[in-house]
Amino acid sequence: MEKVGVAIVGPGNIGTDLMYKILKRSKYMDIRRVIGIFPPSKSEGLRLAHQKGIDVAWNGIDGVVEIADEIDIVFEATTAKAHLQNAPIYKKLGLVTIDLTPAAVGPYVVPAVNIGEHLDKDNVNMVTCGGQATVPIVYAVNRVSRVEYAEIISSIASKSAGPGTRKNIDEFTQTTAKALEKVGGAKRGKAIIILNPAEPPIIMQNTIHCIVEDISEKEEILQSVYDMVKTIQQYVPGYALKVSPVVFEDEFRVTAIIRVIGEGDYLPTYAGNLDIMTAAAAATGEKFAEKILNEREVLDNRVLAKSR
Amino acid sequence: MCGGGFRKKQIRIIDTTLRDGMHAVKHKFTTEQMVKIAGVLEDANVETIEVSHGDGLGGSSINYGFAAASDKEYLEGVASVLSKSKLAVLLLPGIGTVEDLKIAVDAGAKVARIATHVTEADISEEHITYCKEVGLETIGVLMMTHTVGPGKIVEQANLMESYGADMVYLMDSAGAMIPKNVEDRITTLKNELSIPVGFHAHNNLGLAIGNSLKAVEAGAASLDGTLRGLGAGAGNAQEEVLVAVLDKAGYKTGVDLYNIMDAAELLDSMALQLPKIDNTSLLLGYAGVYSSFLLHTYRAAEKFNLDPRDIIIELGRREAVGGQEDWIIEVAAEMAAKRSGGM
Repeated sequence: MEKVGVAIVGPGNIGTDLMYKILKRSKYMDIRRVIGIFPPSKSEGLRLAHQKGIDVAWNGIDGVVEIADEIDIVFEATTAKAHLQNAPIYKKLGLVTIDLTPAAVGPYVVPAVNIGEHLDKDNVNMVTCGGQATVPIVYAVNRVSRVEYAEIISSIASKSAGPGTRKNIDEFTQTTAKALEKVGGAKRGKAIIILNPAEPPIIMQNTIHCIVEDISEKEEILQSVYDMVKTIQQYVPGYALKVSPVVFEDEFRVTAIIRVIGEGDYLPTYAGNLDIMTAAAAATGEKFAEKILNEREVLDNRVLAKSR
Repeated sequence: MCGGGFRKKQIRIIDTTLRDGMHAVKHKFTTEQMVKIAGVLEDANVETIEVSHGDGLGGSSINYGFAAASDKEYLEGVASVLSKSKLAVLLLPGIGTVEDLKIAVDAGAKVARIATHVTEADISEEHITYCKEVGLETIGVLMMTHTVGPGKIVEQANLMESYGADMVYLMDSAGAMIPKNVEDRITTLKNELSIPVGFHAHNNLGLAIGNSLKAVEAGAASLDGTLRGLGAGAGNAQEEVLVAVLDKAGYKTGVDLYNIMDAAELLDSMALQLPKIDNTSLLLGYAGVYSSFLLHTYRAAEKFNLDPRDIIIELGRREAVGGQEDWIIEVAAEMAAKRSGGM
């Protein structure tokens, strides 16, 4: 079957894990190139891509420009700074960009919630790991009873927080809080992140508190949460409720605790925070690829019809 | 008071009744109460007064408890009555942000303490950098320092110094240290660091004053205290006692003993529930669990009908760090489910 050509820019932990996920599971995407800025001798990601038989380049943005004709989608797994520079170039090349950096040039996308709304965009942003893990639950509660206030606490293993996250940890809390409102639908959102250095490393875990308008619909709320967990599991198999959601009726509050066990594609399984990012990006890419293929088919049929 | 002929070493006292003490009152001090207390602290010549939610700026939340007023209201209120004492704030990166620091600066904060778990100092860089840029005295704080040895502490303190911190504080957040632990850590740090070192005690093992004294003997230049020991867990080093003890031990604090005792009486008049070493807070110290988990643990134990001590021991086993109050509900829910044979 025909596939859509894609490129991954940034062969670090995230880019490499994403590469494994696409290779293993994608029906519609074909990785044409992985692009870095250091040669394979200095980049494990590029070495691994090469071993998998994927074309590699280490000339940065030029590596994308060179193969622009072969690809429709580019995954940006670099930094916010790099993406701000690259985004206009991708746009000019007519590529769809799936941005895994905090740059947020395009709208936030959480596949389980709003991917359908943004398939017409040429740049979408994957929010944060905490956002991918918690926004759908807030959305699930909000579709039953209005969420007045959503608060999430993400606990991640110290080992799974890279230098980028650490240098700019406010970006996590601020972006996640914004996504709880914009995508989750909460009137007000707050996000907290805790790094825990325990050994063996802790599995990524998130607590989601929602204060709702009407707690009398608690059965419907809980059912909506269970349904949402199933939806997320379709693209993040390691996503699960840790305990049954707890209802605090006097406080109009529902509290859910979820954990994400990574699939261990490239990153260790405790790093569910990184896994859910790459899984969400892969799922988003898959939807775009499917759409691109459908459009192509329609076009081909038209051409075929005309030539008859 | 007792005027010795020799020159006494000066020890700075940072009062944190209006920050760590917030844990003990479930973050419900009113602005009016804070203003009154800050006023008498200044009268007692306390050099620095810390005001924040117990979990720092931006800490008002479901997870930690909602405060009775906003950071801005508390800070502006207290700033309006201070003329000599410096107003300080606490911020935990991951909970509060630079935006919260901006609010604090506008409200009159002069000192910022930026606190991380003892192994995670590198998440404080953007906040320490910001505080230095706007001219605040900036103190790096390492929490839960009982969990690692002196070597690791030096490494992390050096990071904070490299970001521009003017001082590094060690917090015994779980009140888990005995004097020897304090001595080892402070001595090593004092030798390796070029900036002053401070110490913040909790009284879960009844050692807050003893550990504080040990810290200054080992070279600490600054100590935290709270009136009547008001603070998380079994509370902090009781400030009026600390002032008396330091004086007897030959140190100068500049704090007037009678006036600080008067300040403690003002606190008594507010009829608050003062912390004490009960069995659960003793276990916090014994198992090395973050002191502010105490009241949250009582609530969870009540909701799920459990012995709070079981929850504390399990949190210790899981190595929960500061700020992970949400794990309390989880542990309690799991224990309750196990008991009923579910899950």
